[in-house]
Amino acid sequence: MNAAPAPPVLAVRGLSGRIAGQQVVEDVSFEVPATGVTALLGRNGVGKTSTIRSILGLIDRSGEVLLEGERIDRLPTHRIVQRGVGYVPEDREVFGSLTVAENLRLAERDDRPRREFIAELFPDIHDRRAQRAGTLSGGQQQMVSLARALVNENRLLLVDEPTKGLAPKIVDEVAAALGEAARTVPMLLVEQNLHVIRALADRVVVLSGGRVVFTGEAAELLGDEDRIKRYLGVHDADHDADHDADHHAGTTEGSTR
Amino acid sequence: MSTVVLLVITGLGLGALYFLVASGLSLIYGLMGVLNFAHGSFLTISAFIGWEVGRRVSDGTWWGLAVSALVGIAVGAIVAALTEYLLIRRLYERHIEQALVTVGLSLATIALFEGIWGTDPIYTEKPDWLGQTTMILGAKIPNDRFLLIACALLVLGGIVLFLRRTRYGLIIRAGVENRSMVTALGIDVRRSFTLVFAIGGAAAGLGGVLASVYYGYVSAHLGSTLLIFAFIVTVIGGLGSLTGAAIASVLVAVLQQFANFYLGGTGDLVVVIALAAVLLVRPRGLMGKVA
Repeated sequence: MNAAPAPPVLAVRGLSGRIAGQQVVEDVSFEVPATGVTALLGRNGVGKTSTIRSILGLIDRSGEVLLEGERIDRLPTHRIVQRGVGYVPEDREVFGSLTVAENLRLAERDDRPRREFIAELFPDIHDRRAQRAGTLSGGQQQMVSLARALVNENRLLLVDEPTKGLAPKIVDEVAAALGEAARTVPMLLVEQNLHVIRALADRVVVLSGGRVVFTGEAAELLGDEDRIKRYLGVHDADHDADHDADHHAGTTEGSTR
Repeated sequence: MSTVVLLVITGLGLGALYFLVASGLSLIYGLMGVLNFAHGSFLTISAFIGWEVGRRVSDGTWWGLAVSALVGIAVGAIVAALTEYLLIRRLYERHIEQALVTVGLSLATIALFEGIWGTDPIYTEKPDWLGQTTMILGAKIPNDRFLLIACALLVLGGIVLFLRRTRYGLIIRAGVENRSMVTALGIDVRRSFTLVFAIGGAAAGLGGVLASVYYGYVSAHLGSTLLIFAFIVTVIGGLGSLTGAAIASVLVAVLQQFANFYLGGTGDLVVVIALAAVLLVRPRGLMGKVA
């Protein structure tokens, strides 16, 4: 007899979101399993970031959101996060006038912050604890943004475009840190870089026009060039590269832009 | 030379008064985006109640003044916190309603104060030393200016220490920069709103008592008069910047004193022109964040 599948860590049912009265997410439903990385994909502007922000209550929303079976859609944002939802926003959003140490201290939700873990995972920013976050490079700011989420024990991580605008070398470092984090906490990842998605994602949810149009195993989508083009509007360089003897490091950025 | 020294030091004293009002305005706007037109009412009620209690304890003495100041600080903090909790909290992100409510509160309280204490200024007593002068580089400086400057420096230092050394201070500094991200870190930023209102109210309350020392009277319009210049200071310094408010307070007050003396009493006009110039050349003020 097979064991019952683990309940999802996050269930989204009929979620709609609005910004300034305009519908940006429409009747979206999907689940995030209790382990691994679920990638939320779609073309630019389909509502991926708005979906994440709707889950967190950062924009007006309706519908049901359940965290490990418990309704959280009527809670204010800070209460949702306090229940163990770590958030890494698009564009980093570090506090530029605060030091790195202050950014991290602000994010600590209890008296058991994982400072050693953060120091090991991001030695570069650990060495820059006294530096103002606004003076860091984009990659370093992304590390601070990730560290703010990872400094706490979480039940779920919501990570929004963590490699956006970063140099290829930094993209690999961020992907490695996310991979390390994903070993202990389930993750809903918005990402445009197919190389990163291929490396991290177990499952994918694809949005189009604010609605879910595909849900399934990551390999099922990423192995189908036609679907990638149709859903994401991109050409998968990695897919070609797998069949290309001349594959080289220059393709690591993927071809999603 | 002595005239310049006199104008600078008396300007610093007036600037200290502006700062006590503007510091709260600036923090409140920086964190919550609220232009609090009722801030002058916090000052006025603190001045009246501080004066009422102080004169009953010991009129015209240091002891009486100290009691007035403590009462003023407490009244300012409590009235400001209640205003935030009962009125402003329901109106965050609704800027027009906020402005209407705070303007309405300001007008209503002036009428209320006039009803209680009358429309004429009530002249106050102060310790003898504050009514005397001290000679500095040939200029006779009224001693009360030193008290104003010392109190403003203490308030500035206290607020800076609070912002830099406490977790609430950290939350406020982060909230001024990006309030929604503070919330997204699991922090109930609204708790800080009440605290910031209370801090701003306390500073205004102290400012009210000191304004009654500076002007020599209390009146229902004490707060509204100072509020105009405090707003100018806040805008010139950069909305949300405490350091900007401190620098602009000094610049505006000293400029006002010089213009009053050398340009035939045109201090108020020159300050408004300075405001216009700053808005044209540097709309975010001296130290405000980029919109």
